Amino acid sequence: MKRRRVAIIGAGITKFMRRAQETGKELSFEASRMALDSCNMTLDDIQCVSLGTAPDAFDGVHMKSEYLSDGAGGWRKPYMRNFVGGGTGVFAPIHGWFHVASGMFDTCLVVTSEKMSTCHPHPQGAFLTIFDHTTEQPLKPTLIWIFALEMNRYMTTYGITKEQIALVSVQNKRNALDHPAAQVAEEVTVEDVLNSEVLAWPVHRLDISPASDGAAAVILASEDVAYRYTDKPVWIDGVGWNLDTAYWATRDLYYPRYLEKAARMAYDMAGIKEPAREIEIAEPYDPFNYKMLHHMEGLLLAPRGKAVELVEKGVTARTGDRPMCPSGGALGVGNPISATGLMKIIEIFLQLRGEAGKRQVPGNPRCGLAQAWGDLMQVGTVVVMRA
Amino acid sequence: MELEKYPLGGTALSSAQADKVLTVSMTPEMKYAWDNGPAISRYLEELKNGRIIAKKCNKCDRIMIPPRMFCELCWCPTDDWMFVEDTGTVNTFSLCYVNWDASRLPKGAKPHMPAVIEIDGASPGMGMLHMLGGVEPEDVRIGMKVKAVWKKPQEREGSITDIMHFAPIEQAQKGRSKK
Repeated sequence: MKRRRVAIIGAGITKFMRRAQETGKELSFEASRMALDSCNMTLDDIQCVSLGTAPDAFDGVHMKSEYLSDGAGGWRKPYMRNFVGGGTGVFAPIHGWFHVASGMFDTCLVVTSEKMSTCHPHPQGAFLTIFDHTTEQPLKPTLIWIFALEMNRYMTTYGITKEQIALVSVQNKRNALDHPAAQVAEEVTVEDVLNSEVLAWPVHRLDISPASDGAAAVILASEDVAYRYTDKPVWIDGVGWNLDTAYWATRDLYYPRYLEKAARMAYDMAGIKEPAREIEIAEPYDPFNYKMLHHMEGLLLAPRGKAVELVEKGVTARTGDRPMCPSGGALGVGNPISATGLMKIIEIFLQLRGEAGKRQVPGNPRCGLAQAWGDLMQVGTVVVMRA
Repeated sequence: MELEKYPLGGTALSSAQADKVLTVSMTPEMKYAWDNGPAISRYLEELKNGRIIAKKCNKCDRIMIPPRMFCELCWCPTDDWMFVEDTGTVNTFSLCYVNWDASRLPKGAKPHMPAVIEIDGASPGMGMLHMLGGVEPEDVRIGMKVKAVWKKPQEREGSITDIMHFAPIEQAQKGRSKK
């Protein structure tokens, strides 16, 4: 298939916070306008808009795409929502990439926006209906169950301890101290994580990212148009996504096979043969601390069961050989579901341009990756980017 | 561009403001009547009979629970109905102190013990989400053999909750767990 090369040329983000005064439309507007400003564009330069946002149940607004459309600059333009649960934030730029790579459009505004604070008493309740209505909902499941079950299976399969996994919270929350949008950046210790409230053992409070409000946006352009607006385009060289069975209790949770498939799709497209060597910097999705490790393995960036050793040795620190979540990730910057994935894309965009400020990793990285995960914990979305 | 050079949008409300709810909810009068299809309907009927039924795909030879009318791997109609055991092995579990809506269990309450249980007689790895019971939280282990503890026949209603929970085999065989 003949495809055009697609670049990210601009980015915008709001603060991530527990509850924003602004509406979802206003957050979308702020992030989108910043993205346009960052590459000296106006909305007139945008040919189509892709919106990513998570379940309508958070907002209590049906057809959230229509609701958010004016804030996302979507009126009187080809405009469409995409949604793959928690994987949405990295799927949104893939969806935008289709539009430009296909040759149909030269520019695309990709917007992600989330207001989880609307849902009371807690947005967690909105997740009840993701479970099967007949065989699972009567057991009154909470979303944390599936993470706790997966984390326990992962730990037990490889003999990994909670102390080891807590290091991920320590690293990411500390990294987030340097991120201007961060919601829960802090210095915490392994003991703080282990002593935090037990929600669903093995999951403690500080193993989890918070519920958040926030928005993020990027501008995509075709190769010939990109250089009109920037001399530092960052190329989307590989995209991949993959879905596993929704009979989640009938597949072994210790390894995310679907993510390996998504990653291989993206690596093949980008011509990457040895991901652990060629991917210099990555933002694996970290809504829970063990998920960063689980995802590094699914992404083939660490041998199975060994990702935690890379954290222990400091390899994944910003100053390490293979920085992971230099932004501070969902655990530190916050987790407004769809906007989190795009925040990760933006971090790699800035890092590859050498514009990540205090978060900048040394060594002038040229190739990076962002990834998200979601649905009934069985979808993986991956984007490989090059400077 | 550097994020530090932009005034980022968004106004974080203080903790006190964030907890304030000015507009409250509606209670929509909506009820959903889900059709369960031939496979899950039979599954529920057999639960009422105190048995677990699976369905087999003759192409990949998997014996699957919950039963399904088509094999999602071979993408063809499934074949024989087969009864499987009401025993199995704990594949993974959690000790949960949180309700479905994120409210906390009362202090000192025993945690909920959700688990994935691989059912004997079904293909390896075929697990069921259910609860553990009749066991102290600190004694639960991955790999533990468990057996379904059923409601009395007259109390069953054709639901996954006709199994009250799964208990370690010795406890389950003593009859209904103490409650």
